[in-house]
Amino acid sequence: MNYDQLRHFADSYGLVFMGIVFLCLVGWTFRRGARRDLDRAATMIFDEDRQDG
Amino acid sequence: MSTKLLDHKKIERNVTLLGVLSLVVVAIGGIVEIAPLFWIDSTVEKVEGVRPYTPLEQAGRDIYVREGCYNCHSQMVRPFRDEVERYGPYSLAAESMYDHPFQWGSKRTGPDLARVGGRYSDEWHVQHLKNPQSVVPESIMPRYAFLAQRDLAGYDAKGSLTALSRVGVPYSKEDIEKAAADMILQATPFSDTTDLMKRYPKAQARDFDGDPTRVTEMDAIVAYLQMLGTLVDFESAKPQEQAR
Amino acid sequence: MDNTVSNAFAWLILGILAIFAAAAAADSGFSFHMAIMAAVALGVAFLTMSRGDWSERTTPTVPVGRYYDEVIRWGVIATVFWGVVGFLVGVVIASQLAFPDLNLSEHTNFGRLRPLHTSAVIFAFGGNALIATSFYVVQRTCRAPLAFPALSRFVFWGYQLFIVLAATGYVLGITQSKEYAEPEWYIDLWLTIVWVAYLVVFVGTVIRRAEPHIYVANWFYLAFILTIAMLHIVNNLAVPVSLLGAKSYSAFAGVQDALTQWWYGHNAVGFFLTAGFLAMMYYFVPKQAERPIYSYRLSIIHFWSLIFLYIWAGPHHLHYTALPDWAQTLGMVFSVMLWMPSWGGMINGLMTLNGAWDKIRTDPIIRMMVFALAFYGMATFEGPLMSIKSVNSLSHYTEWTVGHVHSGALGWNGMITFGAIYYMVPRLWGRSRLYSLRMINWHFWLATLGIVLYASSMWVAGITQGLMWREYGEDGYLVYAFAEVVAAMKPYYVIRIAGGLLYLAGALVMVWNVWMTIAGRLRDEAPLSTAFYDPEKDRPLVPAGPRSAVAA
Repeated sequence: MNYDQLRHFADSYGLVFMGIVFLCLVGWTFRRGARRDLDRAATMIFDEDRQDG
Repeated sequence: MSTKLLDHKKIERNVTLLGVLSLVVVAIGGIVEIAPLFWIDSTVEKVEGVRPYTPLEQAGRDIYVREGCYNCHSQMVRPFRDEVERYGPYSLAAESMYDHPFQWGSKRTGPDLARVGGRYSDEWHVQHLKNPQSVVPESIMPRYAFLAQRDLAGYDAKGSLTALSRVGVPYSKEDIEKAAADMILQATPFSDTTDLMKRYPKAQARDFDGDPTRVTEMDAIVAYLQMLGTLVDFESAKPQEQAR
Repeated sequence: MDNTVSNAFAWLILGILAIFAAAAAADSGFSFHMAIMAAVALGVAFLTMSRGDWSERTTPTVPVGRYYDEVIRWGVIATVFWGVVGFLVGVVIASQLAFPDLNLSEHTNFGRLRPLHTSAVIFAFGGNALIATSFYVVQRTCRAPLAFPALSRFVFWGYQLFIVLAATGYVLGITQSKEYAEPEWYIDLWLTIVWVAYLVVFVGTVIRRAEPHIYVANWFYLAFILTIAMLHIVNNLAVPVSLLGAKSYSAFAGVQDALTQWWYGHNAVGFFLTAGFLAMMYYFVPKQAERPIYSYRLSIIHFWSLIFLYIWAGPHHLHYTALPDWAQTLGMVFSVMLWMPSWGGMINGLMTLNGAWDKIRTDPIIRMMVFALAFYGMATFEGPLMSIKSVNSLSHYTEWTVGHVHSGALGWNGMITFGAIYYMVPRLWGRSRLYSLRMINWHFWLATLGIVLYASSMWVAGITQGLMWREYGEDGYLVYAFAEVVAAMKPYYVIRIAGGLLYLAGALVMVWNVWMTIAGRLRDEAPLSTAFYDPEKDRPLVPAGPRSAVAA
């Protein structure tokens, strides 16, 4: 593979692939049922303060 | 279902997956951006005149690195009207092709040095390095008088050239064998330099530090400064340059 | 017992090897460093033997049912100590630029002290803060004790040894000249060993976690550790002149070396000074504010977009150089896009205080953290701006860059670290509160004023410098000689010293506060804020007793 081929691959399929992976990762934070999981994760750091409760 | 495969919760809960995925993401940027540059032919156009440093120049370069000159001086003239007028023709990639490491710098507390060679006399450089304020009153540069007191004899020229040839600088066997002798020869006045000149075209050989009795670190650093930017003949190189 | 003996034996061998290396060294600097190595290795061997528990087979180092905090306590002290050293050297080199006579000797010239300053603040102060907080956060968010306590002690002391070797090396002139990667090959190898141990401890703890979910702060820490490992190894590839000498030559040359270095250099900012410190933000800001992060979803998006984009931005350090144009443009585009995740993160941190904004007034630690985020937002707005090629043509090589770096370093990294230290110290040493909350206030104002002086003087200096360099007269010639521009910088350099001194003074207030807290003292002081109360007015308008009694 020479320089030009790598360049062409990088700024076409490579870029599209990375974009799609990124969108998937972002998209999954908006899936149904995510809110409950996220809220749970966000408040997890306070569990230790509520051991008595 | 693809949802199972790409479930973010899985990533959140699997430290190996999280690590691998992060590393892949950050590695891609580096590979795509840096890897092409290693097809050196298409990145660095060969320019007539560029050659590896002589042992004395390389010794001076090592002193330049050791003293941290790069903290205040760049060696990269950008293609702007004012910079070309102030410092000389803009820098070409080929001019630093034997620079391990590069010394482009990132800050100009002092002026650019890419083309400082031949602009001032040896005496000026020695005086300026010993006491910068005595020749440039506004200068804030530290004093490097100690360089003139230190013999260069301890410098392992052969070792340096060997290591440099291992990272790709095309020194010949002869260059490496004669490294120590070449180094002393270049800074000793009235010596026979025909062989040195043949292997290192355009090398300047003379006593640089004003003390012909010994070869000092001052000889080396001045020899390095005096060759910076002098290898490429810009009159004949001009047609090869591309407008950027 | 066998373990103790073999450990001590291994250190003994290492010590003896180092002695031989010191004796046979090609240069005095390498010899000195090997002597340090030998002293440390023999010292560890001796300590291992003398501390070995010869009566019992097992020695529990971690108290049962507790987090392993000993190494974090050392880390906090090291952070504070190296912070003061780094700020002090910063004031010294700032003074050298204004008053060049302060370049006293070969070993303390600006060229050798400047890497000492940058490494001291980034790697010694910042690095210790990252290691200490990551050990603190990973245990508490995983609800598990540190995986390998002995290895974590090695990480801490090994890292301190790296700092000492690097710092003494700069003074002796041992440098690779790659900015923020100056230490030579053997110090780099040592750091690689330490770093792998760090990764093992961190990942080991995450694997042992009791929580199903890995809290987002740990993602940022993990990305930071992994990426720095990759950057460190690639950028420091070099061939030593002698295996018994300090000097090496970079494996790359010219353009390749420049791009590798700034790919490293920019991501040292992106993953060391940003991702790592964002990890601190994602734990300590919610904890101190006592409310969850504004949007956990945003924090995930923040994470992925930050690491997707940052790694590409390096070439903006090489605009208009001999680097190919496409690489410069790529660097610029990604740098500008980086503005979005950066501000997303800042908003996420700031909005955590939504509904509790009064805490900025009442809680000085929160105020410090909020200002850190504000400076983060400012620096990450300025950064993309400076990466635009036309702006960069003016700003590059000038003091503007220095100002930009410091508004990020002093404002963001410094302030968030101070906040984390103030949060952790009473908890780590089991105190009811800090020695003094009011002293945090003093620290805050000294630091803020210092940053304002520093950043504004460098902005003005940088833009002045850039404009003077390119100023043309009526006659078509350059107006200013370079030396005249140097002279014009002097007043700004003096103002910068004042800013640096204020920031250093703030850090000294912190030293006192932390010291007294560890000593178990409580400063007798009025609380920072209380609801209005006047005993004189705290009485009824209607006198006591039944109405009839008044009448009578």
